[in-house]
Amino acid sequence: MKYEAVIGLEVHAELSTKSKIYCSCSAKFGAGINEHTCPVCTGMPGALPVLNRQVVHYAAKMGLATGCTVNRLCQSARKNYFYPDLPKAYQISQAEHPICSDGEVFFYVDGKKKSCRLERIHFEEDAGKLLHDEIDGTVVDFNRCGVPLIEMVTRPDLRSSAEAKEFLETIKTTLSYLDICDCKMEEGSIRCDVNVSIRSEGSEEFGTRVEMKNINTFSGAVRAIDYEVARQIDVVEHGGKVQQETRRWDDVKLKNTVMRTKEDAQDYRYFPDPDLIAVEIDDTWMEQIQSEIPELPLARYERYLHDYGMTAMEARQISDSFAKANLLDAAAASGKIEPKKAANWILSDISKYLNDKEIEVEDTMLTPDKLVDLICLIDKGTISGAAGKKVLIELFEKDETAAQIVKRLGLEQVSDEGAILAIVQDVISRNEKAVADFKAGKNVTGFLVGQCMKASKGQGNPQIINKLIAQELSKL
Amino acid sequence: MELFKKTAAELSDILAKKEISAVELIKDVFARTQAVEDKVKGYITVTQEAALQAADAVDKKRAAGEQLSALAGIPVAIKDNICTKGTLTTCASKMLYNFNPPYNATVIDKLLAQDVVVTGKANMDEFAMGSSCENSSVHPTHNPHNLGCVPGGSSGGSAAVVAAGETPLSLGSDTGGSIRQPAAFCGVVGLKPTYGAVSRYGLIAFASSLDQIGPFGRTIEDTAMLFDAITGHDPLHDSTSVQTLFEGRTRASLNPDVKGMKIGLPKEYFGEGISESVRKNVLAAAETYRAMGAEVFEISLPLSAYVLPIYYILSSAEASSNLARFDGVKYGYRSPNFAEDDLISLYVKSRSEGFGQEVQRRIMLGTYVLSSGFYDAYYKKARAAQRRIKAEFAAAFEKCDIILTPVAPTTAYEIGSKTTNPLEMYAGDICTVSLNIAGLPGLVQPCGFDTEKMPVGMQLIGPHFGEQKLLNAGLAFEQASGLKNIIAEL
Repeated sequence: MKYEAVIGLEVHAELSTKSKIYCSCSAKFGAGINEHTCPVCTGMPGALPVLNRQVVHYAAKMGLATGCTVNRLCQSARKNYFYPDLPKAYQISQAEHPICSDGEVFFYVDGKKKSCRLERIHFEEDAGKLLHDEIDGTVVDFNRCGVPLIEMVTRPDLRSSAEAKEFLETIKTTLSYLDICDCKMEEGSIRCDVNVSIRSEGSEEFGTRVEMKNINTFSGAVRAIDYEVARQIDVVEHGGKVQQETRRWDDVKLKNTVMRTKEDAQDYRYFPDPDLIAVEIDDTWMEQIQSEIPELPLARYERYLHDYGMTAMEARQISDSFAKANLLDAAAASGKIEPKKAANWILSDISKYLNDKEIEVEDTMLTPDKLVDLICLIDKGTISGAAGKKVLIELFEKDETAAQIVKRLGLEQVSDEGAILAIVQDVISRNEKAVADFKAGKNVTGFLVGQCMKASKGQGNPQIINKLIAQELSKL
Repeated sequence: MELFKKTAAELSDILAKKEISAVELIKDVFARTQAVEDKVKGYITVTQEAALQAADAVDKKRAAGEQLSALAGIPVAIKDNICTKGTLTTCASKMLYNFNPPYNATVIDKLLAQDVVVTGKANMDEFAMGSSCENSSVHPTHNPHNLGCVPGGSSGGSAAVVAAGETPLSLGSDTGGSIRQPAAFCGVVGLKPTYGAVSRYGLIAFASSLDQIGPFGRTIEDTAMLFDAITGHDPLHDSTSVQTLFEGRTRASLNPDVKGMKIGLPKEYFGEGISESVRKNVLAAAETYRAMGAEVFEISLPLSAYVLPIYYILSSAEASSNLARFDGVKYGYRSPNFAEDDLISLYVKSRSEGFGQEVQRRIMLGTYVLSSGFYDAYYKKARAAQRRIKAEFAAAFEKCDIILTPVAPTTAYEIGSKTTNPLEMYAGDICTVSLNIAGLPGLVQPCGFDTEKMPVGMQLIGPHFGEQKLLNAGLAFEQASGLKNIIAEL
């Protein structure tokens, strides 16, 4: 029998607000143990939460970007459970009335457009962290307590680990486009729980689902899903039944183990948090949020593919980065260049420079205008492509136009045929071996072009050099 | 000089005129405490040294010509569930026997900014759960008018120290009558403000949607004075606090004219279970109002029959969540008896040993009504009923300006007489819980004495943010009856 996997995800993303969700402590990662804490986020008796409006703003932004209905009245609810990293013994979250509901996220898998519906997005506070090794015994670091999260819950629409991965990548790119999450996986900015069930292919019914926790990377999600699907198939093939349970994924041992069975599922006793009044998003606020949403990655990807003649890989590489996509779009908007040429620069030399330095476009002096000027100078033959690479480095680092840099560095291309002819003739006369090889029927053009470029200090127009070498050799 | 017998308003006046110093005053007040506290046991912690220093600082400021508030140098006792930085705040619970808050409640910051002298932390029923002050893990408090009787609760200590002359003013908190019933039992004035009128930041929560901090005094004017000092919007710390029109001005706006005021007497509050002495005195107060030109008439609040179950469902549900943080991990009591490497055992032992019986009873009740499968039948239904109670009061306030009722079915009862039957104890809250359910303000003041010479209180209920109306009507009665500044003979 052939099986089909049915997968749903619960994705948590930490929002990059300055302060925490219910107090004014910094939400920044990486402070010393318990440095970013106060009576509110450590759950001191008598302390009360006050909702950070930026959290509502960011959560609604993600909702709009994923086609959700944004519910104007935001209510908070308490999720009650005991754990040492949860100082109030309840997490302030949302229950009956999440801020966003009924969205849909689109993405491509192997060139095919797919989608996954979002059931809801709600905001909530993160818990602290237990540190088992730093000091004798276990200590609790409450710095992360109260860092705002959004939880995005999908419908069970995904059918493979590859689809799950593309969905997650799209969520990540969208978060970074909206500038509401720093997307640093190694700092736990995005985490997910996975729900997996299997059914015979073609069946409409859902199987018993297993929830998996402790998944910290997208590739880990792929491994965890593949493992769990195989495990469930194995159970069924051996005449067993999949049990409804929660399992913990171990990305080192590459297997999962039972955490909780259905019998000891927790009753969280959700109820509206009486400490927080409902916050209403009015029309003005809503318009403000809407106005901050840029053209999203998928739309750009499709545009690059269809309008700019880029390959899927190229379109993806640029649309994945908000900064690069903006650079390309602004350069293309000048109307002076072929967008594909700007894309090539971005994908090759610009990306290489940024990767080497581990910085972003906005950390440099490069602007779309400068890039357009550079490409125009090459198109007009003022400088060679090779010289262009030198100019680019200067464009990143100096507050000068491309033309100014070309002038300062004397990179202007020599296209005067008389001057180039003299160089060509000189090179041919000095390379007897090449001439001999030519006469023996070998192709020496490449070698001679190189010598001429060297002799012209890289400034000779290569097309003209090529032409004149052919002309001179034919005379021999 | 017996300064302890004076009202806060009188003291404020003679302090301002430099006839006495704040140090003289606090010394006199502590001399009284020294003399009577063994009998009353109203405090858990007396902060004598800090108070003397604070009083001295006030005198220095005054000597330097600084403009001081009306409350500068006036002693105020604080209920032990209001966080005071560096001073033990125990909620009268073994669970918090060693808890030193790292921060001040908003009301404390406000009082300190007005140079109030804090005398100490007053006794209470554990976590404010109880109506007699007998649920304190420290010791019970005795009614200053009859030491064999309870002072009421849960703010029994705050009421008793004011009635005993150990301080002219104190702060309590009221979740279902915890300011009003002890005020009635001890013959003092107590105000439960409108929900949202006073910041709850730093009040250790019992039931968040019902809790309110409020003042005790021995006169209407003193009570207004302390209320003015603590009320105010606290947007950075308490989402449920509200900007009100009267902030800081009720004392200055006091006006004892009740001519034409419409006062409703809900018949359900005078029915079976209300003792004859209480009924008689409250109805006599109604006659006093009528004689002063108020329009007094009977009204009906039929949903009153449901207020106790609604209250005990909502308050216990919230309490079960609010008190979950006391788990032996971060502060307070940790059982020495838990099994090593067993987190659940740490929780269970610490909570079972740290909480008293009544608190555990309410946590279990609250956990039950929030459990899946029971939530709709209890919690959700109680919330729906709450909306109807609010609507019923709103309709009543279209007909009358204020409502006059008894505070409790009886006057103060003997210590130990109700501790074995929690339901009987809960029934005593019948006249007070509806205000918390509806978020309304209530003023309690003495209106007479029973045959045993124990004080009888009356309750005036106002519409949301109707504190000024209540204080005005209270002042009118106080002037007519002369029942003010009653200090127990001890």
